[in-house]
Amino acid sequence: MNQTISRLIMNRIGLGLLTLWIVSLVIFMITNLLPGDAAQELLGQSATPETLAALRTQLGLDLPIYTRYVQWLGGLLVGDAGYSMVNGMSIMELIWSRLPNTLILAAFATIVSVPVALSIGIFSAMYRGSWFDRYSNMLAVFAVSVPEFLIATIAVLIFAVKLGWFSALSHIESAHTFGEMLTVFAMPVLTLCSVLVAQMARMTRAAVIDQLSSPYVEMALLKGASPIRIVLRHVFPNALGPIANAIALSLSYLLGGVIIVESIFNYPGIATLMLNAVSTRDMPLVQGCAMLFCFGYLILVLIADICEIASNPRLRT
Amino acid sequence: MKDEKTRSLVDQKSSNVVTQGVSRRQVLRGMVTSGLVAAGSGVLVPGSSMAFADTMKGTRGGKIKVASQSGSTADTLDPAKGSGSTDYTRQYMFYNGLTMLDESLAPKMILAESFDTQDAQNWVIKLRKGITFHDGNPFTSADVVYSLNRHKDPKTSSKVASVAAQMVDVKAKGTHEVHISLATKNADLPAILAVSHFLIVRDGTTDFSKANGTGPFICKEFQPGIRSVGTRNPDYWKKGLPYLDEIELFSIPDEPARVNALLSGDVHLINSVNPRSMTSLIASPLARVIQSDSGGYTNLVMRDQLGPVQNPDFVLGMKSLLNREQILNIACRGFGTIANDQPIPKGHRYYASGLPQREYDPEKAKYHFKKAGVLGQSIPLVASSAADNSVEMAQLVQLSGQQIGLKLDIKRVPADGYWSNHWMKDSLGFSNINPRPTADLIFSLFYQSNANWNESGWQNKQFDELLIAARGEMNEGKRKQMYVDMQALVHDYCGIGIPTFSSINDACSSKLGGYKAHPLGGFMGYMFAEQVWLEV
Repeated sequence: MNQTISRLIMNRIGLGLLTLWIVSLVIFMITNLLPGDAAQELLGQSATPETLAALRTQLGLDLPIYTRYVQWLGGLLVGDAGYSMVNGMSIMELIWSRLPNTLILAAFATIVSVPVALSIGIFSAMYRGSWFDRYSNMLAVFAVSVPEFLIATIAVLIFAVKLGWFSALSHIESAHTFGEMLTVFAMPVLTLCSVLVAQMARMTRAAVIDQLSSPYVEMALLKGASPIRIVLRHVFPNALGPIANAIALSLSYLLGGVIIVESIFNYPGIATLMLNAVSTRDMPLVQGCAMLFCFGYLILVLIADICEIASNPRLRT
Repeated sequence: MKDEKTRSLVDQKSSNVVTQGVSRRQVLRGMVTSGLVAAGSGVLVPGSSMAFADTMKGTRGGKIKVASQSGSTADTLDPAKGSGSTDYTRQYMFYNGLTMLDESLAPKMILAESFDTQDAQNWVIKLRKGITFHDGNPFTSADVVYSLNRHKDPKTSSKVASVAAQMVDVKAKGTHEVHISLATKNADLPAILAVSHFLIVRDGTTDFSKANGTGPFICKEFQPGIRSVGTRNPDYWKKGLPYLDEIELFSIPDEPARVNALLSGDVHLINSVNPRSMTSLIASPLARVIQSDSGGYTNLVMRDQLGPVQNPDFVLGMKSLLNREQILNIACRGFGTIANDQPIPKGHRYYASGLPQREYDPEKAKYHFKKAGVLGQSIPLVASSAADNSVEMAQLVQLSGQQIGLKLDIKRVPADGYWSNHWMKDSLGFSNINPRPTADLIFSLFYQSNANWNESGWQNKQFDELLIAARGEMNEGKRKQMYVDMQALVHDYCGIGIPTFSSINDACSSKLGGYKAHPLGGFMGYMFAEQVWLEV
């Protein structure tokens, strides 16, 4: 790796950190704008001024906002996101109890969707205008435009309620064998993949087509290279940058966009944790989750950027 | 309650033949009731829940999964902090109270053997002997004193701190006797102590990551926002109970997902079912529906210049303008019961059965509106989805008003912020009240002249005096008469129109035995755990 590449990568990382800091500021300000606070939410209708004040002091809500921000940011830097206002547990502990679940779900979805999406994208690019291309395109548009709560609900109605093949809930605790894992994850993964595959396949197709129309492909064709060889040996490495970007963008959706899937299948992941936190006004938890989502997103985009930089032949000299 | 229910079903059927034929509501009701009877759950067997447990033996063993409507990381095992059905249900699995409320909302002794008082102010509570906590410690008066006194400590942040404040002195006398002195007379103490917040924890408990109670189930696992698991307490002091070996409780906040989980057999019991889901549940052989009539209601609130203090004629006009049948069948989709402009539901032990039912009478309404001088004016009527069904109710009232020349201008406002920005501020609007365990609580929270939530700003000296007197009255007959008089006053003069009481809808697997309706809330008033069994 030469200097230009490392300089570019360092630049990207620096920008990422700056973004993260700005995001932390925005998250903190916006969560403080939400109406009501944890003390009110906890006490509900039974709140009296005395109990409210006692609870606020106990939770540290009576301190000015900038003091709380500095304390919070300082904590984050040393890996301490504070304590939940609602049940007093450490935020990191709460997040770690749920994050693996979301990561497993995301991993399953990735393992299934990436190969499928790439094959569909590449094939439909290679055989542009064929019936396969047209139907996969149509299906992709359909899958992208149907909201996943509808896909999930219909899947549950058909496969769980009517046919009884799978469970309507996705209870990770009850999955011990590989077969059980499959039944637990089948429907959430199916739902997530229908959107993911469609997005990725369309972007892959566009990237590959873009490369297919360039002069070097024509040259390879004239030299008598087989279509498979042209695509895998010549086109794919050049299309890697845009494809990596497409994958990263789609996968970043797995971090935050799984809220609907997690809530429909009652999956104990990080998205439902955040949803809970918002409804109970548990600000430290909301902020912790938001930072985590943002961090994950930036990491994915960073990886895509690095792939793009690394696969750029002009920088490889 | 149960008899009332059967009777009302018969009445409705006979009246239907004469009037409009069988409505959706009656069909559903009929199916629900017959489903209950067919499942042998004893809906027609009279008697208390204790007697029921003795006479109807269920099957021992089995595990069930229960999905409730709400749950979050705020879930707690601390009875003082419980909020919402999931917390209450979980706490009743692991703890016992001194008393409980039966289906007519009358208190029954549980950990207490007796509540004695001469003056309704100084109470002597005798405790049951030979009961142990899950950790093996014996249950004594120290546990009761600790459990009750901790509500008064602001650090506990108890939800019932204001209720507990009236217990000025709680002290133990011997190992199984507790003396409580109240600030003022209150004959309802046994009923008040039946709510889940007053469940009894072990003396000195501060760590609520595990439950240590005397309840039918032992806490095996508790993960806030994920699930709780209880296993059968082999040493439970109620003979033969509970039937089940294990209960797993978790929440599915999404209603269709909850219904689908029941329909696919993944869970055995769910609560808070939307009337829209009823048809698919009734059609399924796997499930049955349990509808409990509750004391919760959505009410029309009239205050200030349109209210009872300044404009009693407008109030009477609006009450006569409520077409209750229509509101029940259209706005509430048939789920509920007809109410009579007072907040005590049929089946409650203090229900005033002699009060004439107010009927839809546009001519009478017109007479009162004319007297009030409001005909021809345009009057704003605020409605919001925050108060259940109030938008539909507003439209129905508006239509009825049009026919007699009363112009109601519906202002639909967002649910977010409704309770702080509109409730008790608009002259004409809607509110939504959850069921409360005692008549005293309903009246003192919402109808007393100086109550914080006196929704219509009603002032009635006679009512206030009756309320205080009834609280201290020990003679049950006299007490009931006082509550009947209070209901009559509210019915006649208060600026609150209550067209219907809402219903609580649960659904369970057809294999679940022993499941009954309870007017306090879903999940058999949150206390199903020790009563139900799984049929083989």
